[in-house]
Amino acid sequence: MKSRIESSASGMRGIAIVCLTGLLAACGTSTADNSGTNTASAPGITATDITIGSTQPLTGPAAPGYSEIAPASNAYFVYLNQHGGVFGRKILYQYLDDGYNPTNTASQTRKLILETKVFAMFSSLGTPTHLAVVDYINSEKVPDLFVSSGCNCWNNVSKYPNTFGWQPDYTIEGKVLGQYIKQNLSGKKVGYFYQNDEFGLDGVKGLDDQLGASSVPSASRQNYVPTNTNVGPQIAALQASGAQVVVSYTIPAFTALALLTAAKLGYHPTWVVSNVGSDITTLTGLLTTFSKGAVGKQLLGGMVTDTYLPLVGDSSNPWITLFKGIHDQIIPGLPWDGNVLYGEAQAYTLAQAFKAAGRNPTRSSFVKSLESTKLSGGPGLAPLGFASDNHLGYLGVQVAIIAADGTEATNGPVYTSSDSGPISQYSGSASSPPSNGIP
Amino acid sequence: MVTANLRLGRLIRPTLSRHLLLALGAAVVLVAISAQIGAYDDYNLTAVAIFAVAAAGLTLLTGLNGQLSLGHGALMAVGAYTASLLLRDHQLPVVVVLLIAVLTTGIIGIVFGYAAARLRGPYLAGATLTLAVALPQLATRYKSIFGGDAGLTVPPSAPPVWLGADFPPERWLAWIALAAAVVTMVLLANLLHSSVGRSFIAVRDNEAAAALAGIDVARTQVLAFVISAACAGLAGALFGYWSGVTAPAGFGLGLSLQLITAIVIGGLGSLAGAIWGSIVLVFVPALTSGMASSLNVPSSVANNLPLAIYGAILVIAMLVAPHGIQGALKRLLALARARWGHSSASEKKGVMDWDDPAPNP
Repeated sequence: MKSRIESSASGMRGIAIVCLTGLLAACGTSTADNSGTNTASAPGITATDITIGSTQPLTGPAAPGYSEIAPASNAYFVYLNQHGGVFGRKILYQYLDDGYNPTNTASQTRKLILETKVFAMFSSLGTPTHLAVVDYINSEKVPDLFVSSGCNCWNNVSKYPNTFGWQPDYTIEGKVLGQYIKQNLSGKKVGYFYQNDEFGLDGVKGLDDQLGASSVPSASRQNYVPTNTNVGPQIAALQASGAQVVVSYTIPAFTALALLTAAKLGYHPTWVVSNVGSDITTLTGLLTTFSKGAVGKQLLGGMVTDTYLPLVGDSSNPWITLFKGIHDQIIPGLPWDGNVLYGEAQAYTLAQAFKAAGRNPTRSSFVKSLESTKLSGGPGLAPLGFASDNHLGYLGVQVAIIAADGTEATNGPVYTSSDSGPISQYSGSASSPPSNGIP
Repeated sequence: MVTANLRLGRLIRPTLSRHLLLALGAAVVLVAISAQIGAYDDYNLTAVAIFAVAAAGLTLLTGLNGQLSLGHGALMAVGAYTASLLLRDHQLPVVVVLLIAVLTTGIIGIVFGYAAARLRGPYLAGATLTLAVALPQLATRYKSIFGGDAGLTVPPSAPPVWLGADFPPERWLAWIALAAAVVTMVLLANLLHSSVGRSFIAVRDNEAAAALAGIDVARTQVLAFVISAACAGLAGALFGYWSGVTAPAGFGLGLSLQLITAIVIGGLGSLAGAIWGSIVLVFVPALTSGMASSLNVPSSVANNLPLAIYGAILVIAMLVAPHGIQGALKRLLALARARWGHSSASEKKGVMDWDDPAPNP
């Protein structure tokens, strides 16, 4: 498949035909009709392009770091469109700012669905924000793809038949992190610092599953709300509780606040931080800004986190070469970091999904295709869980550790799990991207 | 006694029937408009109606009674949370939900009205500011009741079956909000033309003089606050239906300041001004975000540009039309009349009204 795509990189038509043969070879049972010409098969799809929409925190408390995700996805779509698009259609990406405010999310989502008439919502960011609109999007029967949040709320096939997650859910992540603590930091007192919403609570659920709910007393369970930036009392309480390991389910701004507050108190536990709040570039920037240059990435040394994509700094990985190349070419003004990688990888998954859905999908045939076609060969370390009874995205993570010099290295194998099932080691091997970089 | 009643009747009836006629006309035009436009325009029209209800209540309090409230966003939150909590466990008709929200917020309004009546100027502004900042925090503090930062979802009000299966829910909601707005406007307009309305203005202009004329100043102020709060509660409940979610971030200090912006830009003390201001609130941000995205600037600038342009537009608007849109319109009308020599009485009135933010519903 790889060589066939290489040989056809000359024209859109050629690519479309190769995609067609590649697809039929990959999934002979697919009923998608790939022959014929492009038609306006659904709202947001014309003969020449596909319009998708998203709500993103371009301003507000979640903007640091996360505001790069949508421009990064868009950069991948620009690259894809330059290379012939999907079935000759360009993907047009309209992302609107909601400031991480659910009320704004509600009005911006209606604007995208009612006025822009997007085919699907894609990568809409945030748990509280997306919870505000998930009922509405499903009542409009609009595909709601790859929500940028690891809440397991998106995996509710009967209530939200059109909604799909993407990143591993926070409970699975919590279980793998909990297992790491149990195996490598045993005997140490553990404390939690988490965002007081589904994000933090789902993570705590996974941690408790591994560590045992009774082993972490309530004094060692501290939470915050993103509207209150004073985390001093909580960090002081963790210090007083004697916690030697602090698991932090925080967005980047609050990871940085927690680290700085702890440093100020002379408190130096081992930090275990959710993937969501551990991007090195974002954190270094925030630490430097918040401390007015006094400290930077030295506070990150020894931090334990996890990943479900190749590591941003692993320049030998072919996915990183591809995505960093697109970044350098199309969005050089943004830092190359985990958020940019996230946005590009998500966009790649969407391109895979469009390819699998056939030439002229409708909204319902697209959803059906996503449930029945395995989207393999993407950048993720673990497989995607999409099936007719499962709308989870990546099913597992790999633990990673940040060294004192700010470089990150993976630790141990990739583990997969589900919210209630056991943890198992993933045996599949990593894939590499097609040489022209489009699925 | 008989002559007094007759005189009273002559005074009230033309006003009432004029207001009812105006309301009927407005309702017909609005329904016709809502049927012609697309679902998203209906959605925006709903927002205008909701802001108009809240702004009308606020302009009565601030423009006509002289009490500045920075806390009306929080009072809207009371209405919205009342509606959300009612709808969480029960299926209730929209009218019932709206009425309960009005009552609840009215009762909260009595409490704060009494406190407000004791305070003046910046102290009153400070006290109501506390309301705006503190009240939404309760939702985060008592997460199990109010749903924390994610808030409570509000199930949409489905259009009745006799409108047909394909009737857009956005248009149905627009009708509800427009009906609420028209009813509110008629009630407030009548109130302002009654002795109550005149006592509001008397208290605003000079409390000592009003007291000497036999007006109970504190009672008048509490009454104005309660009516204003009830309007905010109605708007809040509608806001819940409109956005489908009631979350603390939606009712922050920003919302309270937006309402103040609406009544000042529209024309302080005028119900028509409240409507103009609401139109500005809904449509100008959409316009500015379009302008920002059409410019080719770095994303860190582009993301914050809509707000900057919005601010600039407001500053320019206040420089050009210090009495708001309604004031500017009245001035233009007066100029036109002076020029083409229509009725001299209204010409004179138009000019004199320039510095008098008197009611002009």
